[in-house]
Amino acid sequence: MFELGQAEWQAIWLTIRLCFFTTVILLIIATPLAWWLSSGRSRWRVAVQAIVALPLVLPPTVLGFYLLMALGPRGFIGGSLESVGLTHLAFSFEGILIASVLYSMPFAVQPLLESFNSLGRRPIEVSASLGANAIDRFFTVILPLCKGGFIVAATLSFAHTVGEFGVILMLGGSIPGETKVLSVLIYDYTESMNYQAAHQLSFLLLAFSFFVLFVVYSINRHFQVTKV
Amino acid sequence: MSTALLQISANMQRGDFTLEVNAAWPLTGVTALFGRSGCGKTTLLRIIAGLEKVSGAQVSFAGSGWQTPHQFVPIEKRRVGLVFQEASLLPHLSVTGNLLYGYQRTPDALRRLQPDGVIRMLGLETLLQRRVDQLSGGQAQRVALGRALLSSPQLLLLDEPLAALDTQTKREIMPFLSRLASESAIPIVLITHSPEEVQRLADRVVFMRDGVIDEICDLQQAMARPDSPLFADEGPATVLTGVLSEADEQGVRSFGVENARLFVQTPSSDFGQQSSSSANTRLRVLARDVSVALDDPQRISIRNHLQVVIQQIHELPDNRLLLTTRLADGQHLLIEITRWSALQLDLQTGQTVWALIKSVALVR
Repeated sequence: MFELGQAEWQAIWLTIRLCFFTTVILLIIATPLAWWLSSGRSRWRVAVQAIVALPLVLPPTVLGFYLLMALGPRGFIGGSLESVGLTHLAFSFEGILIASVLYSMPFAVQPLLESFNSLGRRPIEVSASLGANAIDRFFTVILPLCKGGFIVAATLSFAHTVGEFGVILMLGGSIPGETKVLSVLIYDYTESMNYQAAHQLSFLLLAFSFFVLFVVYSINRHFQVTKV
Repeated sequence: MSTALLQISANMQRGDFTLEVNAAWPLTGVTALFGRSGCGKTTLLRIIAGLEKVSGAQVSFAGSGWQTPHQFVPIEKRRVGLVFQEASLLPHLSVTGNLLYGYQRTPDALRRLQPDGVIRMLGLETLLQRRVDQLSGGQAQRVALGRALLSSPQLLLLDEPLAALDTQTKREIMPFLSRLASESAIPIVLITHSPEEVQRLADRVVFMRDGVIDEICDLQQAMARPDSPLFADEGPATVLTGVLSEADEQGVRSFGVENARLFVQTPSSDFGQQSSSSANTRLRVLARDVSVALDDPQRISIRNHLQVVIQQIHELPDNRLLLTTRLADGQHLLIEITRWSALQLDLQTGQTVWALIKSVALVR
């Protein structure tokens, strides 16, 4: 049943690359962001939290539309890039990478925020009083104690990016090797009534997504059980 | 040479809580921050530690600025040992891992305490291989104390270290704290709302109420006032300090100088380890455990008779009187008797009488 051709492999490889970079970037951005949100006395906290959660409720087309406006040749960001001799970001891998980071942000921030909240401030205060600086505290206290949160955040970011479609279609179009990820390829096959090809890719994604969620929920359960 | 001071000033308003403090006290011995919960003790401690960054606050430790308008030394650079109400051990590390966490981060040149000594002092030998979640509350708190000590702190901050423990466990930890207070050269700030802990451990008391400091005085002064807040639980009491001799065959040890000598029957457990003589020992005498006689009665089971001079007679509620008396060595002793017996004996200030002390407790 499974016969993956060159177009399929290209899309799979592109999707994996997109998801991988999205996850790495998100962990780097979401960790300090979630930490700030969990410690926050700032009055900006609620506003930032709402902005981070926006992709959960907005139609992907809305996010895609505004990103296209901003990153395109006449947009605020795309235009600035053009004016310094670079190219704009619409219909490019970098463009959909930015979109994926924004789109999957809540899936990275939320699990981290929860695990930072349940960690509390005490372990950090203790390790600081014992002479550990911020980086030391992160690697010897936060990371080991919030391991579960980091695993869930990474897995969900990756998986949610696999499932991205509307934003990419709006911003990236369907350029093979550049923006034609699996979900877009499936759409193209269906449009051209190639149901056999659409079906085997869809089934692949279905199985993958089930596997990921299964892993996430078992990690969640595991960490809830061992949490004291 | 002037004494090194801990100086702190802070003004802050958070909700309907106000903290307004401008104080300094010497960096010697144990300073108790005493007051009801919610009076600002913990906030003050957190400002000293550097856990709370209150704008405009100033903290200086022995002349070096920890917080000034121009700089804020982060907590990891202040070298303070912290012990909270809950042991707060790092759950992913073993007991040994916790004990050595600060030690490993202390430069060789600054290490004044070594693991072996601290482990022995706190009786942690048998716990080292345990996982943190296999410790009882008292054991965990001892590990937390050891962990703080092994970072060789310049200042030890204890935030109600006994408050979360049951009476039995408190009794188990108290001797360790007492030993820490009298043996370690590290200045200690102890938060507590327990008069007993103050009487046992403190050398100096900072009385706090509603976010302000009422008074800072040494323990003797704090316990000289008949209406001292330190008498809230068990009534007026006196803490006497002196040298405790070695125990004789009966386990009896003498305390204090020639003309003001007391005898103590030492319990076998708590202080058993240190049966040799020790300086700077504390005895606590409850005022109601002392009686007054005009002559020295010989045929009586009470063995501690001291000649004292009545200095003040103070009225207490319910027809009771509190006598402030002076021992031969100059220390004071409070005695509580009824008005009726005072009348019967015709007690006057300036009179010399015998104080019969029914029981004394070795507290530190």
